[in-house]
Amino acid sequence: MKSSTICKEWLDSLPTPEGYLKNEQSIGREFLLEKGMPSKKDEAWRLSNFKKLNSFLSLPTLIDSEDVQFIFPEKDENRERIIINPNKNPILDINLPNGIEKLNNREIEDNIGTIVKSTNIKNDISVCLNQASSSELLALKIKRNFNQSLEIVIPSIEGKSISTRIFLLLEEGAKLDLLQIFTGNKNSAQNHLTEIKLESKVELIHGLISFGEEKESSSICTLAVEQSEKSKYSLHSIHHGWDYARFEPRIIQSEGEASTIIKGLQVTKSKEQIATHSLIRFEGPNGKLDQLQKAVASEYSHCIFNGSIEVPQKAQKTEAAQLSRNLLLSKRARIDTKPELEIVADDVRCTHGATVSQLQDEELFYLLSRGIDNKHANSLLLKGYYDEVISHFPKSAGKWNFIEKLIQDIKK
Amino acid sequence: MISSTSEIILSIEDLHASVEDQEILHGVNLIVKEGEIHAIMGRNGSGKSTLSKVIAGHPSYKVLSGSIQFKGKDILELEPEERARIGIFLGFQYPVEIPGVSNLEFLRVATNSRRKELLKSELDTFEFEDLVNERLKIVEMDPGFLERSVNEGFSGGEKKRNEILQMALLEPVISILDETDSGLDIDALRIVASGINRLSQPNSATILITHYQRLLNEITPDFVHIMADGKIIKTGNRELAIDLEKSGYDFLDKTTKEKEVTK
Repeated sequence: MKSSTICKEWLDSLPTPEGYLKNEQSIGREFLLEKGMPSKKDEAWRLSNFKKLNSFLSLPTLIDSEDVQFIFPEKDENRERIIINPNKNPILDINLPNGIEKLNNREIEDNIGTIVKSTNIKNDISVCLNQASSSELLALKIKRNFNQSLEIVIPSIEGKSISTRIFLLLEEGAKLDLLQIFTGNKNSAQNHLTEIKLESKVELIHGLISFGEEKESSSICTLAVEQSEKSKYSLHSIHHGWDYARFEPRIIQSEGEASTIIKGLQVTKSKEQIATHSLIRFEGPNGKLDQLQKAVASEYSHCIFNGSIEVPQKAQKTEAAQLSRNLLLSKRARIDTKPELEIVADDVRCTHGATVSQLQDEELFYLLSRGIDNKHANSLLLKGYYDEVISHFPKSAGKWNFIEKLIQDIKK
Repeated sequence: MISSTSEIILSIEDLHASVEDQEILHGVNLIVKEGEIHAIMGRNGSGKSTLSKVIAGHPSYKVLSGSIQFKGKDILELEPEERARIGIFLGFQYPVEIPGVSNLEFLRVATNSRRKELLKSELDTFEFEDLVNERLKIVEMDPGFLERSVNEGFSGGEKKRNEILQMALLEPVISILDETDSGLDIDALRIVASGINRLSQPNSATILITHYQRLLNEITPDFVHIMADGKIIKTGNRELAIDLEKSGYDFLDKTTKEKEVTK
């Protein structure tokens, strides 16, 4: 079936626009109707596995209450947990710690879509897929000068496609340690959009663990972040175990004078395809970026990284460093990595680099020569390779056993 | 420590080996018994490091012919990790840096692999920390190095101390120390040498691969072998190393020529 037909059928399967996201739903649907699904001619999608993308749209979107059965590790006592249950209205059904509040309707109206708009520069399909189908929004504000830890879990549902959307407003001087967990399920799809606004002097440490684990699970996740001056944003992300996943972090330093750190890791095996398309744009001077993207591909899998950095004329004295480091564990696996720097300002320091290598034979021999067996030596080396990213996660994230999952099914 | 009844630990016979299709070893013969310390000297490219890698089982080196026996058992079919577990230890000339792998965890996993072979109980994190702290004293090493990644950012001397620390933990039957003295200042050399001396046991043996006699001032070898062109061409006692230090490797060329004339 043609992708345009699949897209049309998918749109037809959605309920009529209603509720407070009605307007958003209409915008997304109209865009998709007009533009349709992407093709190989779209630069941002040309490496995408369209068969997998089409099957993403072929799952039913209506959720029954009996569909929802989740088992999660015990929550950390110092970190409030919110589980996004697509069957319920998440706004009505959560306990929030002191210092975190739900946004009222007026605030939602004022803010909804603004960050997507300011960061959504080149391609809109991932966002529109979400806008078209999300009927609920978890919208929270972290109040001025509060220091909080929060865990948000977004599970998938077997045999279903779900759309979830989150909006976070961090008021001036607030500090948040956010851990976001996405989990896959058999034959499931999830489509997610997180928008975050950081007012000035905000510090956000954002851990994002996204693991499919089950066969035929797929995920399209967009993260749009707007940083005001003197804000600090650190994103540490892991994508693993999805048959098809696409992650699009888009960060805008709207006034410059802010700092962004991104440490990303994607690990693929079997015939999986995982892609990260990042975009960081500096809209003012003295912005800082430190970006490291790592990928490990084994068996027949495919990892993609496309890293855009935009430094317009007004973003003088920007300092941006981007590094893509990749590990190919099999001859049949494939890694595509592409830095894309668009620099107009003339007084900036921007660096980028990309490496593709294999596990180092000398490192392996060193471990073997100490009596460590091959399997254990390989997992030690992989763990070492992952360390630059995973060492940034809070200890409590260990409950999700993500390190073990990253290592257990990698075959050399 | 040597007695006539000492058991042979390592026996190498007419060993030919190559790397990247180039034959480097052209018939090495060597017998090492319990309690012995052997020094192997020779110019760069004479095959000393190749010999050590071949004994340890490095996959890039191919044995073309000959044999290596460890305690009477052929080890050529054994994987490097199996050789290590039965007690063959290679101290690297250039210890490898492994970013992201904790030195402490690496040492613990390695120690437990060897202990398993020795039918000793495996050590948990706490038990291992006690052991490693005790062994650190042998090489006068700062415990801070345990918290770092394996050899990452270590100075040359610290890397070599870390090698001897591994030797102290693994309690090998035979230690082949490849240029352990290179890149060490006088103090570090003494510490490392004293560690090696303290770890020598009547039922174990050591092969020191070195360029210089200065290490042999600290560790007295029972035998000194000189390698050239992939073979051991001369064997003697400590005096041989002293002669070599005095006259340089040129005297080898002289003796080789003399041999040719006699022929």
